[in-house]
Amino acid sequence: MPENTKQEEKNESLSRRRFLKSSGIAIGGLAVGGALGSLIPFKEKTNVDKVKNVSKAENYNLALMYFTQEQFRMVEAATERIFPADDNGPGAKDLGVAFFIDHQLSGDWGFNSREYMQPPFFKGEKVQGYQGRIRRREIFDIGLRELQNHSLAKYKKGFIELNEEEQDDILSDFAEDKVNLTTISASGFFNMLRSSTLEGAYSDPLYSGNRNMEGWKMRNYPGSQMAYTDVIDKEFTVIPPVSLKDHLGH
Amino acid sequence: MVKKLPKTDVVIVGVGWAGGIIAAELTKQGLNCVGLERGKERKTEDYFMVHDELRYALRYELMQDLSKETITFRGNEKIRALPMRQYGSFLLGDGLGGSGVHWNGQTYRFLPYDFEIRSKTIERYGEKKIPKDMTIQDWGITYDELEPYFDKFEKMAGISGEENPLGGKRSNPYPTPPMKTTPVLEKFKKAATNLKLHPYNRPSANLSEAYTNPDGVSRAACQYCAYCERFGCEYGAKADPVVTVLPVAKKTGKFEIRTHSNVRRVLKTGNKATGVLYVDTTTGEEVEQPADIVVLTSYVFNNVRLLLQSGIGRPYDPKTGTGVIGKNYAYQVQKGSATGFFEKEEFNTYAGAGSLGMVIDDFNGDNFDHSNLNFIHGGSIAISQTGLRPIANNKVPKGTPLWGKEFKANSIKYANRTLSVGGQGSSMPFRHHYLDLDPTYKDEFGDPLIRITYDFEEQDRQLAKYLTERCVEIMKEMGADQIDSMEELGPYDITTYQSTHNTGGVIMGADPNTSAVNNYLQMWDAENVFVIGATAFAHNGGYNPTGTVGALSYRAAEGILSYKQKGGILA
Repeated sequence: MPENTKQEEKNESLSRRRFLKSSGIAIGGLAVGGALGSLIPFKEKTNVDKVKNVSKAENYNLALMYFTQEQFRMVEAATERIFPADDNGPGAKDLGVAFFIDHQLSGDWGFNSREYMQPPFFKGEKVQGYQGRIRRREIFDIGLRELQNHSLAKYKKGFIELNEEEQDDILSDFAEDKVNLTTISASGFFNMLRSSTLEGAYSDPLYSGNRNMEGWKMRNYPGSQMAYTDVIDKEFTVIPPVSLKDHLGH
Repeated sequence: MVKKLPKTDVVIVGVGWAGGIIAAELTKQGLNCVGLERGKERKTEDYFMVHDELRYALRYELMQDLSKETITFRGNEKIRALPMRQYGSFLLGDGLGGSGVHWNGQTYRFLPYDFEIRSKTIERYGEKKIPKDMTIQDWGITYDELEPYFDKFEKMAGISGEENPLGGKRSNPYPTPPMKTTPVLEKFKKAATNLKLHPYNRPSANLSEAYTNPDGVSRAACQYCAYCERFGCEYGAKADPVVTVLPVAKKTGKFEIRTHSNVRRVLKTGNKATGVLYVDTTTGEEVEQPADIVVLTSYVFNNVRLLLQSGIGRPYDPKTGTGVIGKNYAYQVQKGSATGFFEKEEFNTYAGAGSLGMVIDDFNGDNFDHSNLNFIHGGSIAISQTGLRPIANNKVPKGTPLWGKEFKANSIKYANRTLSVGGQGSSMPFRHHYLDLDPTYKDEFGDPLIRITYDFEEQDRQLAKYLTERCVEIMKEMGADQIDSMEELGPYDITTYQSTHNTGGVIMGADPNTSAVNNYLQMWDAENVFVIGATAFAHNGGYNPTGTVGALSYRAAEGILSYKQKGGILA
């Protein structure tokens, strides 16, 4: 689409000029940081085309870092019930939420590595927060296994074989602590599933969810814009979203 | 084997707002300063990829690594304190600039009432108005005495604002005009005016226009990009220590910053400090930095912890009410608020700035009559347009399920149709709210964590209810179709974010028996130790604390210079 590319470049240089003007960047005095110049993306045409072709070819992120295939399918099904496809747009499954959660569990978040995990462990008051010794990836392992057990006990079928109403029923039992688990809190696991579903739906697509920024588009969220000086004092304005990828200029 | 370094004039522990201001002011006057910062170097270029809600807002990129050190918490003395294993109620900054990097930039001056709260409360309502265990006391300084230092801080940071019609008297207008009055702010302003209240644009450290400060530091105007709180500013438009005071200190050639340097003890001989002991966290090496003057400018919890661990000052004893280190820990009452859902209008709430807002102080301090109310003080009430980022903002009208088809539909429908008016309630100290060393839990070096003993009191419940009612009235006047609001405050809960406005523990005052530092923030019990920050607050007011911390830092800098020349207790 050469026409579009040209238009994009024109917009880019216009907004760059506007930005320079409105931020008052032509400033003297003691320099306090060099990010201003480097922040403004320049598009190099040849690179743009090359990268666009490559990304059309394959998305190598659609693979698993932590979940088994069975766990992955269950997370896909459960998160789709939390955030289902509807007239607004795609649900968790098509947004890539299960890939997002899988990838997150393989890193710092999954290991609770920036959290205080030293003993001794005591059961505390609710207002004292999480006091368990097990980490998020283990909570997912146990939670998903118990979700499966509960489905088998109640409906004699695995979770992904259930119809939507039955899946909702099983998830509600977890959300309302109607299942009795010994190692983890059923509602704690459900809340983690719910909050990571929203993270996967709405975080920058760089994390494998919010596919094609469809999550943002549904709610008219403009994503990662550099400036809103033009619209901040205006009535509601819809701006097509951009992601962090655009900040690197490709 | 401890490595001992040559002596310096002043060692500064923690390089955030307070540490940066001290460094700039002292080095300008020729003193040699060493700044020890346990986190890493930070600079504006770091924020090239900052518009990332997941990384910065939800995974706490700029915050202290809790696996190495946290705090413990209990609601009262009968309960076992347990570690805050994950972030929630407040966020501890880390790295150069400290919490001054990830703040929103809302820059207020505490009210004249705040500094003389005990005297003024008794004067108007009699001593009986103050509950038995409420330990409010005057700060040992008046608003008028502190005014020139507020002015100095505002000029350094370039605060954008307009005069608060119900605030303390100002010697000068704000150095830059207020930020833009957006349709959202206009709506609040109109409603508040109709209700005969006194709205004003929130004083902002996000610059409304390009500005050069008295030190010659130039910064660009805010772009309303909506990524302030929990983020660093990629434009340098939000005042933070890294783009204001630190370059000024560095330019003198008399300021040395050592990052990755975690101070474990203040060293002393008799009643004077001799320096500090720290660990170079990149090598594990223990280093002694001798100094004539020791200045503690870390966050509230670590200022208190360092003093208790070093045996400096008299630890507070809640049983007798004697001692001062750890006394009068206070927080804030943030939950009095109202959320309005608008069927016919959408707003550009995806855009904003950390300090973009419209405020009223009609129900703050003693600006209203408390004769028939069961609480003292109050709080500011504001509408804020800080930018509603999509992961954390999925408000749905009461009655909507929290997941599933209806949740999704409503959360999307109201994504740009929701406005909130919130109260920032003050927090009074009580005899049994305090900080001490935890007997069980340790940090990465084996030193005890600080322990918080704190809960909401009847004062807070009444205040929250009152502020909620006022917020609802304003929201009604703004024309919301449905309004949801707090039903009751409940107990203090460390798991949900409220504010990073923790205060007290090394409070200031005029009497060495009831305060830890004088009005230059010099320790009564160790004259060459100055403890700067919101630790000095004898209670917490109805505003964000940074403006007042900034003013106190400039005051302390003056004190340190004077101490360097004359010695002795300054006040």
